[in-house]
Amino acid sequence: MPSDRPPPVIRIDAGGSGMQVALAGDWTLQGLCPLPEGLRRELAVAPPEGTWNLAGVTRLDSFGAVLLWRHWGRRRPARLDLPEALAPVLARAEALPGGDLPAEPGYRFLDGTAQLGRAVHAALHHLLGFVALVGHILIGLGGLLRRRDYWPLREISANFYKVGVRAMPVTALVGFLIGVVMSYLSALQLRAFGADAFIVNILGLGIIRELGPVLVSVLVAGRSGSAMTAQLGVMRVTEEIDALTAMGISRHVRLVLPKVVALTLAMPLLTLWGSAVAILGGMVSAYVQLGMSFDYFLNALPRAVPAANLVIGLGKGAVFGLLIALVACYFGLRVRPNTESLSANTTASVVASITVVILVDAVFAIATRSIGLPYG
Amino acid sequence: MSTFPVELRGVSTRFGKQWIHRGIDLAVPAGEVVALVGGSGSGKTTLLRQMVGLLHPAEGEVKVFGERLDAGSRHEQLARRRRFGMLFQHGALFSAFTVFANIAFPLREFGVRDEGLLRDLVLLKMAMVELEPDVALRMPAELSGGMVKRVALARALALEPELLVLDEPTAGLDPDLSSAFVELIRSLHRALGLTVILVTHDLDTLAALATRVAVLSAGRILAFGTLDEVTNVRDPFIDRFFHGARSQAALARGLGAG
Repeated sequence: MPSDRPPPVIRIDAGGSGMQVALAGDWTLQGLCPLPEGLRRELAVAPPEGTWNLAGVTRLDSFGAVLLWRHWGRRRPARLDLPEALAPVLARAEALPGGDLPAEPGYRFLDGTAQLGRAVHAALHHLLGFVALVGHILIGLGGLLRRRDYWPLREISANFYKVGVRAMPVTALVGFLIGVVMSYLSALQLRAFGADAFIVNILGLGIIRELGPVLVSVLVAGRSGSAMTAQLGVMRVTEEIDALTAMGISRHVRLVLPKVVALTLAMPLLTLWGSAVAILGGMVSAYVQLGMSFDYFLNALPRAVPAANLVIGLGKGAVFGLLIALVACYFGLRVRPNTESLSANTTASVVASITVVILVDAVFAIATRSIGLPYG
Repeated sequence: MSTFPVELRGVSTRFGKQWIHRGIDLAVPAGEVVALVGGSGSGKTTLLRQMVGLLHPAEGEVKVFGERLDAGSRHEQLARRRRFGMLFQHGALFSAFTVFANIAFPLREFGVRDEGLLRDLVLLKMAMVELEPDVALRMPAELSGGMVKRVALARALALEPELLVLDEPTAGLDPDLSSAFVELIRSLHRALGLTVILVTHDLDTLAALATRVAVLSAGRILAFGTLDEVTNVRDPFIDRFFHGARSQAALARGLGAG
């Protein structure tokens, strides 16, 4: 605190005509917050009905004025000696409205019911919105069928690179490690039964048919789905989407369609890549744990896993990719221009797409239960 | 006070290979309203951001209240930062907070804990920028451009600053709102005895508000003085900037309002 700032002081005298309260120094935010303990005690006993002498106050800001105003019970003391220079500051505090702010209503009994109703309503609303989005995309596609030179091929290609090629390293890393872990755990069990050779069946079927697509979907939903939502959301915030609309360019054709097409095409390939690396990891682990040669593993694989499983796995990949992109774009277009909405929708996008992927995976499991299982 | 609220000495700024400022010297006297003007890309806003410590010059020194912003202990730095308030061009309100919470935020951070006192202080700031109490619970997304600026100004004033830094205070406001906002800043300047530094390219605002004008061109301060002094400097940039037909009309309007 510079030396030209005298600290606030208060002096109370019991004079002839009642209490005399004299203030001096800087009554400003800097000096008064936090309120020094001594000053607080003295202020507490200073009677509002006494004589207040503010002549010694060097500076008074609105913080000091409000503090005094509240102490006086929102009334000007009957006997107040106020220098001319400080009058406008106090006048501003005096002009304060006394009433309360319009308060937020508290929680009432029926609010829970209303919340449940709103949740159901919101779920239906999301479903309708999602259907509308798909409809818009189909209409856009219909339009594109007639005007072939309008296909957003460059955008599709750019998105394909972003969601497919750039996702390969992380997919490989996670896939490899999962393959190693699965193989390691299974090998421990299988060796106890002397059923070492079945590791090929477990890894092959498990990874190609089930784990590969789901694992890659979860990774892609977290990596690319959230990025899509955030990108569309920020474009919404910066009014870029409105600019497109004003130019008469469909956001669904130009922004959503390329993402959906790119991810639908990229996901089967990523699934193939992820599954292959996971099996490689499993193979390495089987070699270390069980001494199973790569040669044997690769020869046994086609016999243990019918080719239909590969088709199912890649098909799932494509469907999951389609769903993740649609969900991501749906939430991205719902973002309103504030940061809270952006983060809420990005979270919702990732959670919803992973949930949808797992639900649809269950549907796939039931629908394909008699296909491609050698011992079914 | 003998020291200047803001003092730049030999400030040079470089973005990549391009020099934006070369050796800028500027001392802003206390209690003045200083307008920084210059063509687009002349680095007005950059200079402003250096004053509040958002950017650092490549060379030279920026002093606020006689000290560098990063001088002294953390406590002293914080105390120095709290002596100025900044109004950003687009308001920079926290979009997740209501208007009330936006204005109360710096006060709460400063340590005001009494909710009743806080409420009175926020309402007082809102009254100072001529906002009705019933906007207090609205979100920034629900406000018009003029209201966003007012709320942002109230937030900048929350800690009773001695120095107010305004980046394009009237950009994006219609002429009516803009002159009302200029009037508001002028009355606050008079009432609170603030030092104000503003960047503007709006000559109406310049003529109505500024007591001093600093003209920035080609990386240097071309002229610094009252509007009359500055317009009388013979320089091709100043000729173009102040003596065009449109500029003359705008200056006359602003002076009429002022």
